[in-house]
Amino acid sequence: MSTIEIDELRCKGCGLCTITCPKGLIELSDKINNLGYTPAKFDASKGKCTGCALCAEICPDVAIKVFNE
Amino acid sequence: MQQVFTRPASLKDVQTHFCPGCHHGTVHRLTAEALDEFDLRKKTIGVASIGCSVFLYSYFNIDVVESPHGRAPAVATGVKRARPDSFVFTYQGDGDLAAIGTAEIIHAANRGEDITVIFVNNTTYGMTGGQMAPTTLVGQKTSTSPYGRNLEKEGAPVRVTELLSNLDGVAFAARVAVNNPRNLMDAKRQIKKAFRYQVEKKGFSFVEVLAACPTNWGMSPIEANERVGGEMCDYFKLGVYKNTENL
Repeated sequence: MSTIEIDELRCKGCGLCTITCPKGLIELSDKINNLGYTPAKFDASKGKCTGCALCAEICPDVAIKVFNE
Repeated sequence: MQQVFTRPASLKDVQTHFCPGCHHGTVHRLTAEALDEFDLRKKTIGVASIGCSVFLYSYFNIDVVESPHGRAPAVATGVKRARPDSFVFTYQGDGDLAAIGTAEIIHAANRGEDITVIFVNNTTYGMTGGQMAPTTLVGQKTSTSPYGRNLEKEGAPVRVTELLSNLDGVAFAARVAVNNPRNLMDAKRQIKKAFRYQVEKKGFSFVEVLAACPTNWGMSPIEANERVGGEMCDYFKLGVYKNTENL
């Protein structure tokens, strides 16, 4: 079981992780963060995260942490 | 749970001023990872340039010298000659390196100075408001070319990596992009290779990174990312142009 943690205060909502996740588990939130952007959010209910870390690799703001069991 | 992706130690845990979707943040991280890989953090002196890359000193956990516009390779030459044991790299944008700093980069490369240059090419002057740069593509609209760059009046975009790879002093020259995972992994490899050239004292190494500037291109981050993989990669071909030692 793998998972990711998105730092919502650091995320600028560019959405690059949403097009990079091979499983399509990340989408932009409707809420606005302290920077005025809509941060990305991880939705584990849509499928299984494989811990490939491509979302973290593509993130320009290094706002994603990836955990593997 | 084991954390498999962490922020490199050479990169400070701070918010950057970059716009959403700007690739500078990605290139910063790849550079910091390469510094960590060779354990260079304590012996590195970075040379920052002018442009959005100027705040390098706030984001990297290393010593940094700030240089005048375009003069980073000249400053790096001095730093490296005064302290030959330190690791010296410059980080420059295309407005800085390819326009005002053309003389400095060509002569530093031709002398074969033992430094590494990271060149971020986003085809525009990012910080000052999206003016036309020497690398702006033909037809691209900018604030100083509102009808698009005109080939007859302004000439064709400068391919800096090809230009420098013809100089005898250059040991390593490559062009990479960070728009998708495949290109990003290759960019990581080439930046590490460029650093290895300096670590092993093999001469001047140069990496051009194609990057997006969504704000000044007037695009969304995802559209800008696609443009890098589309018309930018079509004109600025990715690849290793020179690899003298085959490291």
